[in-house]
Amino acid sequence: MDTDYQTLQFAYRRSPDQDAAQPPLHPVVVVGAGPVGLATAIDLAQHGVPVVLLDDDCTLSTGSRAICFAKRTLEIFDRLGCGQRMVDKGVSWNVGRVYFHQRQLYAFDLLPEADHARPAFINLQQYYVEGYLAERAIQLNAIALRWRNRVTGIAPQGDHVELTVETPEGPYSLHARYCVVADGSRSPLRKLMGLEARGRTFKDRFLIADVKMRAGFPSERWFWFDPPFHPNQSVLLHRQPDDVWRIDFQLGWDADPELEKQPERVIPRVRAVLGADAEFDLQWVSVYTFSCQRMARFRHGRVLFAGDAAHGVSPFGARGANSGVQDADNLAWKLRFVLQHQADDSLLDSYASEREYAADENILNSTRSTDFITPKTPVSRVFRDAVLGLAENCEFARRLVNSGRLSLPAVLRESPLNTPDTDIFEGALVPGAPCVDAPCVDGARVDAQAVGAQTWLLTVLRGPGFSGLWLIDAADASQGLTSAQCAALAALREGAGKVLSVVLVLPADATEAMRVQVCERARQYGGAAIDVLIDSRGLIAQRYDGRPGSFYLVRPDQHLCARWRQLVVAQVRQALLRACGGAVQAGEVATDAATHDAQHPFQAGVKP
Amino acid sequence: MSTNLRTDARLSDPDGFYEALIGLHQDLSESQSQQVNARLILLLSNQIGDCAVLREAMQLARAGVLST
Repeated sequence: MDTDYQTLQFAYRRSPDQDAAQPPLHPVVVVGAGPVGLATAIDLAQHGVPVVLLDDDCTLSTGSRAICFAKRTLEIFDRLGCGQRMVDKGVSWNVGRVYFHQRQLYAFDLLPEADHARPAFINLQQYYVEGYLAERAIQLNAIALRWRNRVTGIAPQGDHVELTVETPEGPYSLHARYCVVADGSRSPLRKLMGLEARGRTFKDRFLIADVKMRAGFPSERWFWFDPPFHPNQSVLLHRQPDDVWRIDFQLGWDADPELEKQPERVIPRVRAVLGADAEFDLQWVSVYTFSCQRMARFRHGRVLFAGDAAHGVSPFGARGANSGVQDADNLAWKLRFVLQHQADDSLLDSYASEREYAADENILNSTRSTDFITPKTPVSRVFRDAVLGLAENCEFARRLVNSGRLSLPAVLRESPLNTPDTDIFEGALVPGAPCVDAPCVDGARVDAQAVGAQTWLLTVLRGPGFSGLWLIDAADASQGLTSAQCAALAALREGAGKVLSVVLVLPADATEAMRVQVCERARQYGGAAIDVLIDSRGLIAQRYDGRPGSFYLVRPDQHLCARWRQLVVAQVRQALLRACGGAVQAGEVATDAATHDAQHPFQAGVKP
Repeated sequence: MSTNLRTDARLSDPDGFYEALIGLHQDLSESQSQQVNARLILLLSNQIGDCAVLREAMQLARAGVLST
């Protein structure tokens, strides 16, 4: 029988910590088992960091809430081990249509380029997303998931954070080296710490109606400006799994939220969209307002804020849950590197700066969309309608229509972790950008008939540490790598093997003999830490502006942080140090390495 | 029909432009806004310079309003 994630309850269980004489010290406590907290905990636990995950409730998301999960989020879920489930259950879509009055102005395709593993978006009710993440978390022994554990006190100390936790059996105390706060837009912990998120609240109300019905609408996003069935306001229609449709009605500021939630008010509105004969059931109704806001800083010592607790946006653009999962993706590897002594604590400052930058970008896009959808003055309404009036026939006006700029991951151009280019590369992929996907063949899994094992680049760039993507020339590959290349591989392994795995990319025209020889060399020089890929369609070279010899350094969260036309091991080491928040002077190692028991990954000398 | 008027997308930052355009009218009365719009049209017309292009734009702008 299928799990009903809407009614699922998780049992409170007493933990040994509640009987401990002294508050136990945990590496990481995550507060809030929503999508962001769960993603953070899973990422940490998958790579060996034990996590205590606290939630004040014992159920998943009430109502469907967030429904649009973007390609980038799905790629992150893939690494967390539950992307396929989400895609299988979700409604995949790439196409949107925009209407003004009764006419279609234009359609757009969010993924105009073929050959990506994941679609631009899936629609999936938040309770499924949380349910699948929770089930994944429960599989991991390194996660202690504690339901009905409500944090009532937080006291940052010098080298840890003290938490007081209320349970059905009374309170207990916990200590954490780091505390991740992902407890939602109203964030009780933010309040406990006397902090606030600031920004703009918009004077408009929206009605969400999730209705269950059999309908012939395609899996697309339809947005109406001022349609005849809902005059002077906007309407958004989206398909979700289980024959559920999301209809979002703009109501205006003067609408009475209590009154508008009543079925006798909602049903005629829905019928106006779907037609008089439509048969449907209301599943969930909500009237909401929203703010665009963020905390001034996402890092407060050992307390790190993520997701809605740190920043809020309007729903147009699907930038809430998606950006929260990207926060988790950014934070988890950095926390792990710090806790496992592979980077200094200062690396966590880059979590704050990178994700504050991303939040500003999301807030800017979301604010602009909202200002377009809800004109604030008569003159802005005139311009809005002029743009819509021209959009059907004029391409330039279509670019100005803004029904939501849909979530794209931030390009962290200004990140201190990037090594600026010294060589010339073309295209949109720049240091700081998330890596783009491409189909390829896993060279090690090619069978005797040379039938390749089809895979995706992002499946291979999966860490746990950094990846070095290296494009090999067919001429070199014919010898099974040159001696200089072998020396470089050995030096990389020696100098950074703990945090760097290498991915050798052979061109599509590489012969079987080359593949065998390169795989053999890879085994010899890198063991399991070297993958061999065949760029079977030439799309890696195309999308990365790659040439034989190009080398790309990729972070554990799959953001590109450095690239060169030729591999120079010393440059890679410096770029790695920089990407771990360390100093970048030649020959220098991270300064706190000596204070830890574990060997620092960059201490080992590099052979010339 | 003449093809001097360009309606393809030429703005380098459409959303930023639109935000600035709306921001231009902040705190203005309706008649002040009309004044600003008129001045802006005149300035841009002079920048364009080509009267044939301007006539074409005028026609397109007017036709769209009459048809709705």
